[in-house]
Amino acid sequence: MIVMAVCVGAMACQRTEPRDLAARRASASLARVASSAPLPARFGYGRPATTDEIRLINIDVGPDGVGLPAGRGTAAEGEPLFAAKCANCHGPAAQGTPVAVALVGRNPGDAFDFAIAQDRERTKTVGNYWPYATTLYDYIHRAMPFDKPGTLAPNEVYALVAFILARNGIIKDDVPIDARTLPAVRMPARDRFVPDDRERSTRVR
Amino acid sequence: MPRPLAPNDATHSELSTDSDLTSNPPAAGLAQEPLVSRRSMIVGAALAAGAKVLQGVPGAPAQAAQSIPNPTTIQGRTVDELGDRSAFVRSRRKISNSGTSSQTPLDDLYGTITPSDLHYERHHAGVAVVDPAAYTLLIHGLVERPTIFTLEELKQFPSASRVCFLECAGNLARNAKEESRAQDICGLTSQSEWTGVRLSTLFREVGVRPAATWFLAEGQDAAVLARSIPVEKAWDDAMIAYAQNGEPLRPEQGYPARLLLPGWEGNTNVKWLRRLELADRPFMTREETSKYTEALRSGNARQFSFLIDARSIITSPTYPQTVKPGWIELRGIAWSGRGSIAAAEVSFDEGRTWHAADLQPPVLAKAHTRFRYLWEWDGRETTVLSRAIDDTGYVQPTQRELIDARGLGAGPYHLNPITGWRVKPDGRVVYRTERWA
Repeated sequence: MIVMAVCVGAMACQRTEPRDLAARRASASLARVASSAPLPARFGYGRPATTDEIRLINIDVGPDGVGLPAGRGTAAEGEPLFAAKCANCHGPAAQGTPVAVALVGRNPGDAFDFAIAQDRERTKTVGNYWPYATTLYDYIHRAMPFDKPGTLAPNEVYALVAFILARNGIIKDDVPIDARTLPAVRMPARDRFVPDDRERSTRVR
Repeated sequence: MPRPLAPNDATHSELSTDSDLTSNPPAAGLAQEPLVSRRSMIVGAALAAGAKVLQGVPGAPAQAAQSIPNPTTIQGRTVDELGDRSAFVRSRRKISNSGTSSQTPLDDLYGTITPSDLHYERHHAGVAVVDPAAYTLLIHGLVERPTIFTLEELKQFPSASRVCFLECAGNLARNAKEESRAQDICGLTSQSEWTGVRLSTLFREVGVRPAATWFLAEGQDAAVLARSIPVEKAWDDAMIAYAQNGEPLRPEQGYPARLLLPGWEGNTNVKWLRRLELADRPFMTREETSKYTEALRSGNARQFSFLIDARSIITSPTYPQTVKPGWIELRGIAWSGRGSIAAAEVSFDEGRTWHAADLQPPVLAKAHTRFRYLWEWDGRETTVLSRAIDDTGYVQPTQRELIDARGLGAGPYHLNPITGWRVKPDGRVVYRTERWA
């Protein structure tokens, strides 16, 4: 009986705090069978995470460069790495293949005309579509190479980032990429991104 | 049947290719595929031994009906530890060419809960195998108490259950053919009853600081998939789910724990969840910049487009069914990430007039809702459309309205056009195709 009342209460109040449940049960004369205590300030479950434990898996890199590790790399260093570890899927010139997207390509005048035709979806590249250069570090380190994710050292990631940026004409070939220079790289599509506004209205947007 | 993963992340655009739309054969017969389960072998044995002919087994392929013995004349199998579907039922997910997604057979289903083993899949790096004994969830960043929770500890917190749909952001086959099934058109949506701990409960436990406006949700698949989520969603209705339809999560749904964001695009519902980091700005991960954004005709790209807008699809009668003149119950599902379905309507004149269908209670927020409409078909070629209207007043748009608002190439994400089926004079039902290119 108690179990049943608790379940009914939880199902009916999916978006309500358990704190309110007690009051609602009382007003629904369920108080006698449902005597669940009000929500405590804390349950005390879990254990404190140490700084070292956090550092071990806190791998994200923000658009401000927060999270970038020590190390550096250049496009020249990235070229053989790309050939060895990336070209198999992305193509020798990072031009894309049937199994992996193109990484290199700019539109004339950095035009942003992807919405014109359906087939433009496949032509989005780092050079013409990615708003933040830091995302390159975050993603390559996080998920690439596809067949051996998580195996690249910081210097290797920096070198691959530099190679891709240079091949897109965004940085010069000899510019070293590191925790200081990467967040300062301004991407061609940087100002193109706007927050979703669909929910504000029932209009089709 | 597992397939090798291609290092391809472009599943959504592939959905619109013809090669991806080869329909599953309709309800394959027993003889067409070897029966592998133990129970099926028993059926197989009965088949082999069957001397008598039983006519009219509902749903049974004609060939099988010829040799199934009269069940009133032989003892059936005894109990078993694990149940299985009838050997006559051949529902299957449809696997994409790249092997990175599979679609729910919407047209095989009758209710609103998707059987867990038919829930759609979309993985960025395959299905991760996570040891529940070693599982931990770290919550850190702008919090008073950075904390690590084990799976057992997550389960200790007050639990909650809710029924809601999940849907991939790219869930429309734009180059569908007349011979496409509902599964092919938009099978990247499914529904379950999810159970877990409210994220608000965990956020109170760790003391989220007022400066926190976003949190990163990160999985432990090989993509270490990560998305930035506004903190408001956590206080609203987000959950950490560890159970699906009453049992622990399926591996392909993020076992042992996943983020659940009711009404928001599937990709944000991070599976195999290992870490939540509170921050005062989004993280601009690859999945929220180069992917899952929509380039609009305005020259901008829409970002953080979490919301799934209202949508519907008729699931019966649909290809490859055939019908006869007379009474036909149109059946389908309608859903909206904005709230509850207020109405599902059908049209027989290309959308000039609409007729309200019956909604099957309970009508839940952010949930697949079944609708039905009794229709007397006169035998003439007819196009049947459906549309959903939710309780915010949002009306499912036409393809033209979507293209006018966004541009032809704004897809593949968040396309929810009115769709329909043509009933041909000979009774065949085919998809009402649309041109997107």
